[in-house]
Amino acid sequence: MTGRNYQIGSPISPEFTPRLEARHRSSKLWEMIFKLSTIFGILVLALLMLTIINSLAGYVATENTVDPASLAVNGTPLDELDKDTLVTILQENVSKGLFRQIEREKPVEERSQEEIYNLILDKVIEPKVVKTWPLSESIFNRPAVLAEAAEQYPTATVNFTFWVNSTFLSSPQSSNPLLAGVRTAILGSLWIILITTLIAFPLGVGAAIYLEEYASDNRFNRIIQTNINNLAGVPSIIYGMLGLALFVRVLEPLTSGAMFGMTVDPSTANGRTILSASLTLAILILPLLIINGQEAIRSVPNSLREASYGVGATQWQTIWHHVLPNAISGILTGTILSISRAFGETAPLVVIGAATYITYDPDGPFSKFTTLPIQVYQWTARPQEVFRNLAAGGILVLLLMLLTVNAAAIIFRNRQSKHKL
Amino acid sequence: MQQISPKIQTQASDYPQSGSPTYAIEARNLNVYYGNFRAVKNINLPIERKKVTAIIGPSGCGKSTVLRTFNRMNELVPTAHTEGEILFLGQNIYAPQVDPVEVRRRVGMVFQKPNPFPKSIYENIAWGAKINGFKTGLGKPSMDEWVEHSLRRAALWDEVKDKLHQSGLSLSGGQQQRLCIARAIAIQPEIILMDEPASALDPIATLKIEELMHELAEEYTIIVVTHNMQQAARVSDYTAFFTMDEDRAGILVEYAQTNQIFTNPKDPRTEGYITGRFG
Repeated sequence: MTGRNYQIGSPISPEFTPRLEARHRSSKLWEMIFKLSTIFGILVLALLMLTIINSLAGYVATENTVDPASLAVNGTPLDELDKDTLVTILQENVSKGLFRQIEREKPVEERSQEEIYNLILDKVIEPKVVKTWPLSESIFNRPAVLAEAAEQYPTATVNFTFWVNSTFLSSPQSSNPLLAGVRTAILGSLWIILITTLIAFPLGVGAAIYLEEYASDNRFNRIIQTNINNLAGVPSIIYGMLGLALFVRVLEPLTSGAMFGMTVDPSTANGRTILSASLTLAILILPLLIINGQEAIRSVPNSLREASYGVGATQWQTIWHHVLPNAISGILTGTILSISRAFGETAPLVVIGAATYITYDPDGPFSKFTTLPIQVYQWTARPQEVFRNLAAGGILVLLLMLLTVNAAAIIFRNRQSKHKL
Repeated sequence: MQQISPKIQTQASDYPQSGSPTYAIEARNLNVYYGNFRAVKNINLPIERKKVTAIIGPSGCGKSTVLRTFNRMNELVPTAHTEGEILFLGQNIYAPQVDPVEVRRRVGMVFQKPNPFPKSIYENIAWGAKINGFKTGLGKPSMDEWVEHSLRRAALWDEVKDKLHQSGLSLSGGQQQRLCIARAIAIQPEIILMDEPASALDPIATLKIEELMHELAEEYTIIVVTHNMQQAARVSDYTAFFTMDEDRAGILVEYAQTNQIFTNPKDPRTEGYITGRFG
């Protein structure tokens, strides 16, 4: 502040004491405060990312219970055998009870060669992780890590492992951390997001249009408006309880698919399906979509509506040709945010009974499901250290998928706004 | 105020008489309320066919409100409420069986701030025609011809003929306003309402709009609200002077041929306003 000349020309009249120096000082102070809060936020975010990255890769020591070479038939390695041979191997090497349990989950006839191979890996060969090291140690303290591994686990193989690899992405859930993956969770999340969006987007935009363009300003509509605003702040677990009571229990015939003759497995014939989860999440994001849609519609200048009415357009023509095209980018921005929210929701899905351990893919709205956040939650709840690495992997996949969904929506939105010139 | 437009040669009586079928549109005992507030009070305003009628008066005297009752545009304000009649072709446009959409097709409007649609110049003209069921066919103009005709009519064709597919918003303010006029005439209204059409424009663009109003008056009835008294004197055949009474409601003080209003006003309030002593 020094060196600046605040005095220009002769002193101004005595009524004014401009105190310019003090005013500029407080200006600067506020700027600093806001800058610091931004920096703080960035630091916390960076710390979070570092923690995740630290668990994403590193040295892993593993031991096999059964040597896979011993299971090879006539010199053909295990992964090249046909399905029937694999089933025989599986049957010979696991207990009768376990085999029955596998049959109950999904009959072996319905499982593919790959699924059977994974089962053998999981149940027979049983590679076990004995120790993992975080990325930072694996890089900066490599000799010590290798020495420790050689000393304490002489029979183990030590590999530098990226936890997010093709096996992780393409495998279903497993109790063996080396074989566990997120495929079922990714598919579950995608199914749920798809159906949630299909339900919530038209309802939300429709309600926003009604409230902004048609509804008159009376007491009834004001009450509705207030309630929508309040619903946006209700904790998500409450929506889970609603979903449990309404969609899982009361509407079970609908959500289990029984109404459409879809139920295959009587033991799971309840409403804990993708459809229930989607309906619950749709209700959860509906207030957000409505409020955002209203905001976007309100930002369309009234002069445009007047212009449209002025050339003899009806209300619907005005809305369809002028209000919506000009509000759509705002509506889509809100939709992207709402979908991201639904993507990351865990609590309501836990309440309505997402399966935490599921090994086959969802095949429609009436399947049991798990989602990425549920999977991450479940892995972090496990006592074994190694599942933290899987959780970190799950978080990375979740973030990347969110990024992809958002990028796609943003590209779509930008193309949309380019169209209207 | 000595330079009064010499263009008025009409033989009509000094003060237009109510009830004549020659009127394009006519307000009778018009009262408009916003909520409980009466914005205009007992307006009787018959508008001559194919003439330019100017509405002048101080801010807040209800000029725009009256103008907007002529095509039921006031209804877009949720609290607005109208009493009295607007007679158009012998029909009260506020009668329950009248469709405001049809009224607005026949009584077009140009607004204070140019408000072209954020679409191409071509679409700006074509859209109104399209939604009103403009039919092309044998012996009828095509849409391209119709767009050209409307733009020519609004004296804009030569400036935009090479960029019909650019955004209407890429034009200058004056061009945008003429685009809005072209948009209004593309649906063949009988009356064009103009709400301070040149108040956001520079003097040259204003002049173009005024020339255009002269030309359009050959074919259309034009009602224009203006703050600019020279403009009223230059462009209009008839002038209505509004002001506010004690309870802030707008009232019609004097309505006559423009040269009479500006040279020989009967009411002292009109004289005060046009000579700049009041308002």
